[in-house]
Amino acid sequence: MQYLYIIMLILLVISFLFDREKTKKSIIRGKNKLIKILPGYLKLLVILSIILLFSEDLIVQYLGTENILIGSGVGLVIGSITMMPGFIAYPLAGILLSRGVSYMVVASFIIPLKMVGIVTYPLEKEYMGSKATIYRNIASLIVAAILTILIGLYYGEVII
Amino acid sequence: MNKDNRLDYGIFITFMIFLFISRLIEFDLGMAMGENFYIFARDMVLILPPAFVIIGLFEIWVDRETIESHFGSASGIKRYIYAILLAATTVGGTFVAFPVANSLYHKGADYSSIFTYITAASLVMIPMSIMEASIIGIEFTVLRIGLSLPLVVISSIILNKIFAKLDYVLPSDV
Repeated sequence: MQYLYIIMLILLVISFLFDREKTKKSIIRGKNKLIKILPGYLKLLVILSIILLFSEDLIVQYLGTENILIGSGVGLVIGSITMMPGFIAYPLAGILLSRGVSYMVVASFIIPLKMVGIVTYPLEKEYMGSKATIYRNIASLIVAAILTILIGLYYGEVII
Repeated sequence: MNKDNRLDYGIFITFMIFLFISRLIEFDLGMAMGENFYIFARDMVLILPPAFVIIGLFEIWVDRETIESHFGSASGIKRYIYAILLAATTVGGTFVAFPVANSLYHKGADYSSIFTYITAASLVMIPMSIMEASIIGIEFTVLRIGLSLPLVVISSIILNKIFAKLDYVLPSDV
């Protein structure tokens, strides 16, 4: 994360050396864009704080089922709806694996977790419009499902 | 300030009051939400300001021709490589990828580049992938990234075909 600040500073210094006015305009442009979208991010924070509360429990409870296909289906649904920071999601995946949950089921929730964003829809819509948001998320869900099956096949957990 | 914004601020302020009261009366569910809130809010507060300054610099300095030649339809297969490289180095994942994609589009990137970029930004973030490899295993991570990128590019090409026919434009002035 620090490197984002380092890049910003380097770019600002270079920009400033070339053109003071343009640098000022750039900062103002960035600030205005952020202020405009801020309520969208704030609302998303509220939704994520609430959703994360339930998703961890749901994952631990339902992904450990005997049936690998049901487990994967539930994983895809939970993974699509919710969003989790990596430092929560991956240790959770580690716990599941240590309990004998298959790689396919772990993949089923890890992959769509960030790729498919139902909770981030309001934010994505602001930048992409609703049609592009819906189409991209449907396409991502299909890709996530294909990947889940491929990973299951690779580890020999499902056989066609 | 428009009506939607007022509603969003209202929701946020109500939620903050709820978190505050939960802490006072030690309401477990509310305190757990507070911890979740802190996790996400900390990232956003740290990442969004520098990210938007860089987006501002990008919009002012980078000219249309540069983006068209790298991310536009004339760039051929190379635009997916650029999109994936940009995605891998985007800090903050999709939160930051959405505004960046919008800026790229208005500078002449085509739909397949920005769809590839957004989806790849959630798949190949370098720090996340390192964490995944150390917990789940490097084999899993290599497999996931190796299999997903071609599929993401293919799906973006299909989406591009659909949107090229639709006469669709992304929101501007956001």
